[in-house]
Amino acid sequence: MSSSMTMSPRAASWLQATPFTLIMTCLVMVPLAIILAVSFMDYGFAEIIPEFYLGNWTDLFRSSLTLDTYRTVFKQLAVVWTITLLLGFTISYYLIFHVRSNMWRAIFLAACAIPFWTSGPIRMISWVPLLGREGIVNQALLGMGIVDQPISWLLYSEFSVIVVYVNMLTMAMAGPIANSMAKISPSIIQAARDQGASEWQVIQEVIIPLIKPGIVVGTIFIITAVMGDGFLVRAMSGNQMNTPAVAIMNEINAFQYPPAAAKSVVLLLIVLGMVGLLLRFVDIRKELAR
Amino acid sequence: MGTKRSASYYVLSAVFAVFLLFLYGPMICVYLLSFQGPEGGMSFPMRGFSLTWFETLFTAGGRGVGDIHNSFVRSLRLGAIVALLTMLIGLAVGMSFRRRYPGGNFVFYSAIISMIVPGIFVGFGISLTLNMLGMRPEWWYSGIGAQLTWSLPFAMLIMFIILGRMDKSYEEAATDLGASSFQRFQYVILPLILPGVIGMFMAGFTSSYEESARAGLNIGTGNTMPMELTGLLGAATTPVMFAVGTLTTLFMFTLVITTLLASWSLAKRRQLRLSAQHA
Repeated sequence: MSSSMTMSPRAASWLQATPFTLIMTCLVMVPLAIILAVSFMDYGFAEIIPEFYLGNWTDLFRSSLTLDTYRTVFKQLAVVWTITLLLGFTISYYLIFHVRSNMWRAIFLAACAIPFWTSGPIRMISWVPLLGREGIVNQALLGMGIVDQPISWLLYSEFSVIVVYVNMLTMAMAGPIANSMAKISPSIIQAARDQGASEWQVIQEVIIPLIKPGIVVGTIFIITAVMGDGFLVRAMSGNQMNTPAVAIMNEINAFQYPPAAAKSVVLLLIVLGMVGLLLRFVDIRKELAR
Repeated sequence: MGTKRSASYYVLSAVFAVFLLFLYGPMICVYLLSFQGPEGGMSFPMRGFSLTWFETLFTAGGRGVGDIHNSFVRSLRLGAIVALLTMLIGLAVGMSFRRRYPGGNFVFYSAIISMIVPGIFVGFGISLTLNMLGMRPEWWYSGIGAQLTWSLPFAMLIMFIILGRMDKSYEEAATDLGASSFQRFQYVILPLILPGVIGMFMAGFTSSYEESARAGLNIGTGNTMPMELTGLLGAATTPVMFAVGTLTTLFMFTLVITTLLASWSLAKRRQLRLSAQHA
């Protein structure tokens, strides 16, 4: 930074941004372009043959599996998004508008973050003692006589995939929403209350319109996490569910890179398209500096 | 709102309590069951209390524990380097955004893209690029590089927020008093943004320690902790995984508390020194 004494401010900024930009260009932009290029290449056993080949794409669009995987993942996304939005909103609303002491608000927020210090795979396996055949939930249901046989769809099923997603992603939605809520001036809410608005009317007419940026950012986190994840789905469905990301991971593991690349391009375009659409509603750069 | 608690306060408190239970329930199971007796399994009831599963971890040839020791050391080494680089490169790019410059938007949005592109694509792309170049993946360049694509955008955002909130008048005062740009950085800017700098280091470490989607294909030989644990998930039949969970959580807890205390005392010492200089 001392060099900026003899350097124009613009050159100093460029120099400061160079390492960052090099990493983003060489390790994100170029590799994404390479995926696109490889999707048009032929392949043999565990090798890429650099010749133009459309087979990866025709296979992709002919296969009925493709549509099935997208149906599965969009269903998951819709359910997870709805639950995390409702839950994330409720939690943020409680922490920002009902908890009055700053200290307790900080303690509650920290309490929500601490479980994430445990490694992801461990948090996945931690559901076995709860949802497994001999897990607490089944033991309780049997004990109360609600069922006479353990429920098997609690673990390694669509249900457990959703439960673990909600467990891991609710804070990703609640965080940006709480951040937006904290920026709302208390006087606006007081003004609405003075005019005789009920709590529910304040939420609908004042809070929800003002936290749209938070909802958008939270939604982006949920979309990329659910659409791009293969590990959680594989582990929590007991390898029984097939999403586009799982299909890609399976092909990568089988060293079939070009077809995996074609599938990646499709999934990537869908994710970026959804995110791009959402970003039209909010200027994140302005939001951050606020 | 209002001085008297409304009914909604109690309803929402109950919802929040249930949510905390939902977050902590599985974790408490892990901590308790890691002390499961030698005859016990992965579910309740506890068949006595023992340290059997911790012993299994620390004795050679542990039953179905894989290569936990080495993978843990690898993750620490990788995390420390990624954290340091994240802090330095993040600080530099953050400083660049203190003025508007041509290309600034490209830098900003390339980071946003890296954040929203699912990790497996970045990892797969880097691995294909190496493949095309005829290079073999190694942890010390492609592994570290892949993880930096994940940690650096967060570092940039931290700097963005903290510099955006910094009061520019301190800096202007320093310039008026004849401080050089280096002195301005050392004595005015750095102390003000120190919490953010430490935050970048911690964000770098935790994002590396947890990350496997990007590094997985580019780490070369030798799994990191999350990769090793993911591999063991399917085969896990004993509470030994829970022992790993308890120990690694304890480790993270110590690390976070130590960093918080260290940054707190650092800020305090600096404040004392500065006020002593002014006296």
